[in-house]
Amino acid sequence: MFGNLTIDSIPWNEPIPLAAFGVIILIVLAVLATITFTKRWGWLWTNWLTTTDHKKIGIIYIIVAIIMLIRGFADAIMMRTQLALASTGDQVGYLPPEHYDQIFSAHGVIMIFFMATPFIIGLMNIVVPLQVGKRDVAFPTLNAVSIWLTVAGAILINLSLGIGEFARTGWVAYAPLSEKLYSPSVGVDYYIWSLQVSGLGTTFAAINMFVTILRGRARGMKLFDMPLFTWSTLCTSVLIMAVFPILTATMILLALDRYLGFEIFTNTLGGGNQMMYVNLIWAWGHPEVYILILPAFGIYSEIVSTFSRKYLFGYKALVWAIIAILFMSLTVWLHHFFTMGAGVNVNAFFGITTMFIAIPTGVKVFNWLFTIYGGRVKMDVPMLWAIGFLILFVLGGMTGVMLAIPGVNYSVHNTEFVVAHFHNTIIPGVVFGVLAGYNFWFPKVFGFRLHKGWGYTTFWLWFIGFIVAFAPLYLAGFDGMPRRISQNVDLRYGPYLVVAWVGAVLIFFGIVAIIVQLFVSIAQRHKLQDVTGDPWDGRTLEWSIASPPPSYNFAVIPAVDEPDLFWKQKQEGTAYPENKQYQDIYMPKNTALGFVAGGVLAGLLSFTLVWSIWWLAIIFFGVAILLWIIDSFKDHEEICIPKEEVEKTDLAFLEKVKQFNMPQGGRE
Amino acid sequence: MSTTLSSPNLELLQEQENADNKVFGFWIYLMTDAIIFGTFFAVFVVLLKNTTHGHTPQSLFDLSNAFIETVALLTSSLTCGFAMLTLKQGRIKQTILLLILTFILGGIFLALEIKEFLSFIEIGATPQSSGFLSGFFSLVGLHGVHLSIGMIWMIVMMLQLATKGATLAVTTRLKLFSLFWHFLDIIWICIFSVVYLMGVSL
Ligand code: HEM
Ligand SMILES: [Cu+2]
Repeated sequence: MFGNLTIDSIPWNEPIPLAAFGVIILIVLAVLATITFTKRWGWLWTNWLTTTDHKKIGIIYIIVAIIMLIRGFADAIMMRTQLALASTGDQVGYLPPEHYDQIFSAHGVIMIFFMATPFIIGLMNIVVPLQVGKRDVAFPTLNAVSIWLTVAGAILINLSLGIGEFARTGWVAYAPLSEKLYSPSVGVDYYIWSLQVSGLGTTFAAINMFVTILRGRARGMKLFDMPLFTWSTLCTSVLIMAVFPILTATMILLALDRYLGFEIFTNTLGGGNQMMYVNLIWAWGHPEVYILILPAFGIYSEIVSTFSRKYLFGYKALVWAIIAILFMSLTVWLHHFFTMGAGVNVNAFFGITTMFIAIPTGVKVFNWLFTIYGGRVKMDVPMLWAIGFLILFVLGGMTGVMLAIPGVNYSVHNTEFVVAHFHNTIIPGVVFGVLAGYNFWFPKVFGFRLHKGWGYTTFWLWFIGFIVAFAPLYLAGFDGMPRRISQNVDLRYGPYLVVAWVGAVLIFFGIVAIIVQLFVSIAQRHKLQDVTGDPWDGRTLEWSIASPPPSYNFAVIPAVDEPDLFWKQKQEGTAYPENKQYQDIYMPKNTALGFVAGGVLAGLLSFTLVWSIWWLAIIFFGVAILLWIIDSFKDHEEICIPKEEVEKTDLAFLEKVKQFNMPQGGRE
Repeated sequence: MSTTLSSPNLELLQEQENADNKVFGFWIYLMTDAIIFGTFFAVFVVLLKNTTHGHTPQSLFDLSNAFIETVALLTSSLTCGFAMLTLKQGRIKQTILLLILTFILGGIFLALEIKEFLSFIEIGATPQSSGFLSGFFSLVGLHGVHLSIGMIWMIVMMLQLATKGATLAVTTRLKLFSLFWHFLDIIWICIFSVVYLMGVSL
């Protein structure tokens, strides 16, 4: 009846996951109860669950990302605690190995797929249409489908905590370990379907961004007039469209092996080919890290230029560097398995292509430095994150070049050195980047700034915490400590691992500080209000409109002929033009399709697939398709916002700007 | 729900732009789908020699069957093209007729494919029996699944044409469908060359 799902699928005799799951259930129930008692269901439905507004969808993405940051960090601190215990006293710690293995796998998957990726896509959703002067993304309904697919994937992976278990295979689930023979439980199936569902959402989001940027730009905006964040989004979208299909295909094939007994990635004689899995997963996996870092580079570019109050040094070089990285990142995947016997020449080739990536990356670092150099730098929270990034990321890049030397790689492969390296690029690179972007664009979305003092506190906790948590791992790695171990850790690693634990605790307070900052800012929102829509003396189009922007963003879409248009206009005194030709605006209507088919049904479908409840799976799939078909019969409807209303709103905004009496350009 | 209709042109313009965007976006989607197929092709080629001393391409493949499939599918692409032409001229009845023809040809293809699969399984050449057959069934099966989706899509389009006529939304959707169908045709030509022709010549 219910496939493999029985009452014993719940890990009754494992107190830790059970308690964690219980807490999650309680929180969810509390949230649902609050919504019910405050009678907010209708509000939630019309404003959030069925919305097609790119800004709101971006907000949902980021909420998911922050929740998943907490979940992923909970895993991290558990691991750090286990290792600190297992390397000092009793050698055993408190987590059994099969549980520890699930935790590092879940941590990796959650952080990459459900924290970093949604955070990035959320920022893209909010910012890109504003930067290119568009009223919404190209496909608003598809956008709703994307977000709810991502949410469904996130919920699915968290269900594995209390119903069944998660994969014990690491975040890339190498075959044949991930095959049925060696991983008979549902853990890998949770892995497959949560990746599949959210990966589909990511692919759709990329197509959406790509079309939005290529076909939706404001009048006159040539490609080389686009702000750098938009550029990096364009390149990231291309990269997503190029490699996520490989992941989708690989997961389909792994599922065929596991569910139907195919012989694709098995290692039986004359059967499958396990090296093919390793190649395919890294053909996706390496570009994936660039999918995360390129948008972060875009964010830093905007911030460095804005807070140095200067045009970016070498705009074109920065753009070409992004494009170069995009293509080069497709040619290096083998550096993840130098030790798997590809031979000297192949290893040399991939080692060299990897090192080449340091060149465009170096170009970018120098461009940012030269932008800051000679600029009238104004310190604020986003800029501090950017500077922290510049300091720490260079180190992570250099250890990357070390790992790219096959000979060195042979001796530190699979050690904590690798763990330190990729966290060194991902935390100061991606996490600092999204937190910088979060502080930078928050006022645009909500109409008030985030609290500065708490912003600084967050930064320092993360910055110092990161160094304390990961510098020891470089040393432990040099000393040969393997990664992914949890028991009987050599006592000589004890001191390193205890220090690393202290660093993780600092980061814990850094995460607490993010939450505190948010609540303090909400409490002080009147004091922190952003009246003019231009809190940072910005340069690009998004700062020329009100905060928060009206649902249609621009009353009249401006003509654009350079990336820092708004800045230039402020310098010339032509910003905030009056006497515009207002027109009626047509905006897409809400749709339930994304939430119902993309979220609820896709979520249920993947859950039933995990547990092989075939009859239910068929029903959910059928209903989803049917809803889709029925929806396509409905007439396409749009809401008309009459031009009088547009005019009234816009004039009120211009009035406010005038009252604020903003001196144009170079205001201190 | 246009209230005042003070500038109907604007709305029309925007709808036209949305329709163009859809065609472009769908084209991009097809490119991502092509990468999925590309991965399956690569897998097939890597696994081609893994026959576990059992069934080989030479002993299994019946080229005449694959050839008839090819003819059916190519012809269906042709009728699909004609359907789009008549749609442009506003001859909706003919469009529906041509779509029915396309549907029948697609059905013939699918029937032949299923027959082939079943005949393989009957003699023990199951996807579980070797790497080669796993690769074969997953690649050709993936194409078959796409084609089945195309068949359902076709039914929906015929219903929409019959009930709603050639509105902008319907013609756009038909354009997307025809892109999809031609795309599957091209993929099939690759399958015919790589799987069948290359398979038996090894
Ligand atoms: C916030 C502080 C973080 C801490 C303290 C932390 C800690 C850890 C630890 C202890 C491991 C296991 C290392 C081992 O196998 O010995 C690990 C693995 C990993 N972490 Fe983190 N992490 C953090 C943030 C992140 C972030 C932000 C990401 C990505 C966006 C990330 C991605 C990964 C990945 C992919 C793995 C590898 C999992 C595997 O072995 O399969 N981590 N992390
Ligand atoms: Cu890599």
